[in-house]
Amino acid sequence: MTLSRGTKILLGVFALIAGAFIYVPLGIILINSFSTNKSLTWPPTGFTTEWWGRALDNEGVRSALLTSVIVALCATAIALVLGLLISLAIARYRFFGRESISLLIVLPIALPGIVTGIALNNVFTSYLGGLTFLTLVVAHATFCMVVVYNNVLARLRRMGGSVEEASSDLGAGGWTTFRLVTFPLMKSAILAGGILAFGLSFDEIIVTTFTAGPGITTLPIWIYQNLFRPNQAPIVNVVAAALVLVSIIPIYVAQKFGSDDERAGGVI
Amino acid sequence: MTTTTATHRGFWYRHPGLRLGGLLTAPMAWLVVVYLGSLAALFLTAFYQVDDFTGQVVRSFSLKNFQNLFTTSAYYQSVFRTISIAVLVTILCLVIAVPLAFFMARVAPRNWRPVMVALVLTPLWASYLVKVYAWRSMLQPETGVIAWFLKPLGLGGPGYGYLGIVITLTYLWLPYMILPVYAGLTRLPDSMLDASADLGAHSGRTFRSIVIPMIFPSVVAGSIFTFSLSLGDYITAQIVGGKVTMLGNVVQQTYVTNLPFAAAVATLPVIIILLYLLAVRKTGALENV
Repeated sequence: MTLSRGTKILLGVFALIAGAFIYVPLGIILINSFSTNKSLTWPPTGFTTEWWGRALDNEGVRSALLTSVIVALCATAIALVLGLLISLAIARYRFFGRESISLLIVLPIALPGIVTGIALNNVFTSYLGGLTFLTLVVAHATFCMVVVYNNVLARLRRMGGSVEEASSDLGAGGWTTFRLVTFPLMKSAILAGGILAFGLSFDEIIVTTFTAGPGITTLPIWIYQNLFRPNQAPIVNVVAAALVLVSIIPIYVAQKFGSDDERAGGVI
Repeated sequence: MTTTTATHRGFWYRHPGLRLGGLLTAPMAWLVVVYLGSLAALFLTAFYQVDDFTGQVVRSFSLKNFQNLFTTSAYYQSVFRTISIAVLVTILCLVIAVPLAFFMARVAPRNWRPVMVALVLTPLWASYLVKVYAWRSMLQPETGVIAWFLKPLGLGGPGYGYLGIVITLTYLWLPYMILPVYAGLTRLPDSMLDASADLGAHSGRTFRSIVIPMIFPSVVAGSIFTFSLSLGDYITAQIVGGKVTMLGNVVQQTYVTNLPFAAAVATLPVIIILLYLLAVRKTGALENV
């Protein structure tokens, strides 16, 4: 369809405004992290790098960061194994209940975090003796599985079955075919899925609130606890700004290794 | 020949059923036991009570929690408020996403596309909490960015409250609407639009009669996310909502002292979302999720 020049310009201007809506708040976070103001006030009255140094030395920030990384690594490891198994089953077999399984696996991220959180909290505290580090990892692995599954499944579907059939026609057994053909072709999709799962776990707060054992503070929980404390604002600003910068890395890597249909990040 | 190959290919080759079982056992055990089991337990707990004296959960069946929820005005008001917020957020996301995605997919030069998609995706992966925090500094009354911007015009910002929650949630879930709509628009064949123009339709008519029906499943797919994610959110209300509470806040405030009641409240979004999914299943939107 041929749009008039006026309509095109109008749409372009709209896209610019929408872009500003998306990026201004993130820019404000970056600017605020250098502000000399001790509370969350705009505009900044001066600029300093002092808070970046103080945040790096902050004991609470450091241990929360470490906790987040450990939780995310454990959850990602479990999610990789389970997500890989289930995507192979869905992509390569036809069986009763296949559609139900593909619906079941997206349920943990399709339902609101508060539902997943309270459901797991109920089982852990009422029947399994309370919250620990392990309950947190179990909860995170449950919703991380789906991004691995989505990425690997998209790759397997695009690959088709013909290369594997060729391999077995040439005399390779099931395991040899997997090792020499299927796995090498899936490797980058697994990597992309793993990075996205790590990002998802690292960032999660709602399910974490309901399933983390006492005294376990991940970075989002630390930010949340310090958000309302007036004199912590400068440190929170720096941590927030650092997280904005860090979040660019996984999307860049996932874009590089994932293919077109996997680019949405396995979430959509 | 075939029989000999089959024998030397071994046990797993001859038993595809066992192979499938080997792949499915561990993940299914996890999903069914850990996840579905927990959801089932949650629904059961919603009908239990808490003993007033001991604070222990009593496993006797009744509808008291739901009765309490729909007769206490503070509770049912936050339920209806939450639904209205989720609907508003979905509409706002739609109003922003459709023209933006249309520009990305159909107006801007083709080689801009990967860059624009990356620009929309990057904030999606920025930390959820950081984005809400960003809006806390945007919306802050008097000393916030919006208030500062509007001051010369003699206006005040929206501050923290209902409107603040709607704006922040729209910001959070916008990429979930943009991406499916954009994908739907790029799949739209040029030949169809050309045919419409050849038959004499002006661009407004083509948009109404061709583009909208074709991208409708994508819009529905996006709305599942914007609606469902808004229904369950409580952190946003705590950070930018002022005194305004949502359904999630009720769960969060009651789960320590009265887990069965919190469970009853938490089943509401599940029921609403399942009804929504059933209603939209016919549009084919679920294949787009």
